[in-house]
Amino acid sequence: MDFYLTALIQGLCFAGIALGIYISMKIFNIPDITTDGSYTLGGVVTSVLLTHQQPLYIVLPAVMLAGAVAGAFTGFIHTKLKINALLSGILVMTALYSINLTLMGRSNIPLIGTASLFDVLHISSSPNNNTFIILAAFVVLLAAIISYLLKTDFGLAMRATGNSETMIRALGVNTNRMKIIGLALANALTATSGYLMTQFQGFADINMGIGIVIIGLGSVIIGETIINWFGITSAWISLALVIGGAIVFQMVLAVTLSIGVDANLLKLVTAIFVLLIVSLPRLAIKNRVL
Amino acid sequence: MIQLSQISKTFNKGRSNQVNAVNGINLNISAGEFVVIVGSNGSGKSTLLNLIAGSIYADTGSINIDDNDVTKLPDYKRSKWIARVFQNPLSGTAPDLSIIDNFRLAAIRTKPKGLSIGIDEKFKQKVREQIAALNMGLETKLDQPMGTLSGGQRQALTLLMSVTDTCKILLLDEPTAALDPRSADMVMRTADNLIKQFGLTAILITHNLKDAYNYGTRLIQMSEGAVIHNLNTDEKLQITQNVLFEWFS
Repeated sequence: MDFYLTALIQGLCFAGIALGIYISMKIFNIPDITTDGSYTLGGVVTSVLLTHQQPLYIVLPAVMLAGAVAGAFTGFIHTKLKINALLSGILVMTALYSINLTLMGRSNIPLIGTASLFDVLHISSSPNNNTFIILAAFVVLLAAIISYLLKTDFGLAMRATGNSETMIRALGVNTNRMKIIGLALANALTATSGYLMTQFQGFADINMGIGIVIIGLGSVIIGETIINWFGITSAWISLALVIGGAIVFQMVLAVTLSIGVDANLLKLVTAIFVLLIVSLPRLAIKNRVL
Repeated sequence: MIQLSQISKTFNKGRSNQVNAVNGINLNISAGEFVVIVGSNGSGKSTLLNLIAGSIYADTGSINIDDNDVTKLPDYKRSKWIARVFQNPLSGTAPDLSIIDNFRLAAIRTKPKGLSIGIDEKFKQKVREQIAALNMGLETKLDQPMGTLSGGQRQALTLLMSVTDTCKILLLDEPTAALDPRSADMVMRTADNLIKQFGLTAILITHNLKDAYNYGTRLIQMSEGAVIHNLNTDEKLQITQNVLFEWFS
């Protein structure tokens, strides 16, 4: 049972990436690969600040700011220097590897005896249950804030930027600025995932972000499939489904491991699983037409 | 209201595919004028409209709107005065956003987009009444995504959206080109009504010579980036539709 609880907790840790990718990919229509770097950056900033005995309450703002700066760089390169979005993300991600390594000073920082978000409250005697409760509350709060943001006038302008750029420019929105803000927000959320995961697993590692973007993509696609099936338009339910996608994703991986698949094959399984979810709705539609 | 002086725009300068889209145009449009521009493809009509809107910048010359020099002002800043309807119904609205979301954005065209929720029951009621005036039965579908509507409905709503916030200039770039004759007629009549009702300064580009004849207070023909005919209201009333057809033969 603890095995699945761990998967559930990991899924919730990845909610930030899922929301971040949802914003960059679904709302802004920009494939953002900065994710791999900004997730690690979130973990690195968390571990460095915590091992330097910085108070817990400054860690999250610092993590989000670091992620936002990374995202803003990608946005700047993409909009002002007119570089393809994919390449902009890859450039920043590559640069972040060195930055992360420099910040850490070595490739791995264990968190032993440091403060942790998951030790702030002791609601349950079981540490995993306790972590789960705090994490769930954190994620609900995060989703509530993003869902509110999407309903504001600013949020509408954000959504229109990815949807109909000519229209929203004619309605007085600087779309370049909007995209930079959007990518900053997306990567702040991604860094938040790094923050959560580092505290949960008790260490930050320079390689923790490799291939992590696929988790965000997979979560969004799982959520999106359900959103399309039921024709959901509510922003709040869409965000909940995307976070649900992150949890389903981790559950599938947990099941895969539990039935004895070699852990070395996990990334392969991940890729095949994402391919399946992407292709299944299309195959289903094809059959219906025929 | 709009002054263009010595406006030129060349695309692909210095290359083999160089196009002199607009060649030193001088144009003075007073407040309340409804200018119709006709001209064959490639005559520079759309370029001229984009220059006024600020989507592209002129190579030489200056543009004044409402006594402000806007020559170097980007499109999203000129939106303070200008509302636009595009040839492609998809361009004027956001398809994945609901009708009410689209109207909310249009209602704050000249204002900052802040971090508060602007759609409340009062706003919805106001939009419902505005849409009801179109007699298209859309007032009950405020939460429906814009993309589910037909091209004609979207163009009509785009027109309505352009006057929900203070608007001085309306730019219509072949708004009916993608529509069937009935929808096209409905959109043109809606546009004409709104222009009169709100006293807008309007510029319409069209290939439909009947529309060019029936609507507007001034008629301009462009060719190779220059104005070759420029009729004021009286002159426009005196010509027959056949004269217009002859311009193109």
